[in-house]
Amino acid sequence: MNKYIKRIPIIIVLFLVGFIAFFLFLMPKNRIRLATTTSLDNSGLLNELLPQFEQKTGIKVDVIAVGTGKALKLAEGGDVDIIFVHAPFAEEEFMRKGFGVDRYEIMHNFFLIAGPPDDPAGIQHKDAVSAFKAIAEKKYNFISRADESGTHKKEMQLWKAANITPEGSWYLESGQGMGQTLMIADEKRAYCLTDQATFSAYKKKIALSILVRKDEDLLNPYHLIAVNPKRHHNVNYQAAIKLITWFISGETQGLIKNFAPNNEIIFYAKDS
Amino acid sequence: MEYILNGINDAFRMIFSLNAEVLSAVSVSLMVSTVAIFLAILLGLPLGFIIGTNSFFGKKTIITIMNTLLAVPTVFIGLMVYSFICRRGLLGNFGLLYTPWAMIIGQTILAFPIVSALTLSAVSSIDRRIEKTALSLGANKRQVAVCILTEARFAIFSAIIVAFGRVFSEVGISMLLGGNIRYLTRNITTTIVLETGKGEFALGIALGIVLLTVALLINIVFSYLQSKKSS
Repeated sequence: MNKYIKRIPIIIVLFLVGFIAFFLFLMPKNRIRLATTTSLDNSGLLNELLPQFEQKTGIKVDVIAVGTGKALKLAEGGDVDIIFVHAPFAEEEFMRKGFGVDRYEIMHNFFLIAGPPDDPAGIQHKDAVSAFKAIAEKKYNFISRADESGTHKKEMQLWKAANITPEGSWYLESGQGMGQTLMIADEKRAYCLTDQATFSAYKKKIALSILVRKDEDLLNPYHLIAVNPKRHHNVNYQAAIKLITWFISGETQGLIKNFAPNNEIIFYAKDS
Repeated sequence: MEYILNGINDAFRMIFSLNAEVLSAVSVSLMVSTVAIFLAILLGLPLGFIIGTNSFFGKKTIITIMNTLLAVPTVFIGLMVYSFICRRGLLGNFGLLYTPWAMIIGQTILAFPIVSALTLSAVSSIDRRIEKTALSLGANKRQVAVCILTEARFAIFSAIIVAFGRVFSEVGISMLLGGNIRYLTRNITTTIVLETGKGEFALGIALGIVLLTVALLINIVFSYLQSKKSS
């Protein structure tokens, strides 16, 4: 027994050295951290596109899927190198404060208002703002992301435009990602604001219908913003620029245009 | 009901076809938790041993604190470590956030009190006469320590199993500190959270099965070792 116990420290050290070596081997040198929205990550677009970028440039992209609000915070703190977000007003403020450089529109789609197929609040064929008014007036369940994401910011803009402060037992705050929120809305037979990409990915799993779509108020542009290297010296600015250049190239824009999971176009390239 | 059955069916197909997502999640989980457990043993075992075999002023307070730390929620550990290692934090310059290292730090902090508290109770519950006998037979300090550890080995082994089970199955630390990056920090539990959120049950179930299987294997190995050594 003594013999075993004497050997234990040696075994532990050997294990540790082995594991650490393996980790170092696992982590390629040239990496870039991209914080993005859960909606974009759930759509599968990045999983489709990024391997091609990685193959071409040898730069590995680490995708961290959080809400737009959190992505902007991560970028402000220099914890990521680049962000791919959809909240124009918050982005403009971010740029004004000098946290970001090189902001480029990559693509857009539209937010949708989804709800129970029988549409008890009768919002179909209305514009977004009057649809929100109708839901609030009749106090039908509405699920809010309530997580400072791009979708949540858009929702708050719409409530403001409708001159309504949403509160009461009909207004439920999920605090979760878009997909989870859609699932909750489905379980509760509630209305919610969603982006096109996530709705399309979840369409088969939920019994919600699209009730308001393609309203001008519901435009949803996505931008790439590189974190300002003057503020955070650690950021991989070179790689960020390469990623942006690659995303705005005609070739990649073509890939976005043709990206159609479930035979449905969910993102429109910049100039289409 | 049908979607659950379909999920289980797909799950087994994924496991046996060595699906890349499954493999990567399992290896990240295993590597991170194993390193964390070894670090926790290196730190926690000596500490538990020293406190357990010595008597000094304030010992009871320290034991109470250690037992309290057993109940720390994983998300709280995640939060504390996060605030230290994000770029604005004290250790920000190392760029540890959203790497496997960050997960290892968090899980080590989670496992450390478990290992030390249970080692402490293991060494303090063995018969004091062993120490005296060893001393009277002329053993030096190191030999006495070896004697006590040998005597307490089963309890210490189970402490390690408990700690491993805790770090292997936790999700709060991995999510907050690892960031759930595909093929880098996405482990078994964060994948399950992600997939359930997506409404995809197959991958989640597959990983749940793997998680339980690994736990089962570890317990089989340990109980084999124990029965072999005690005979």
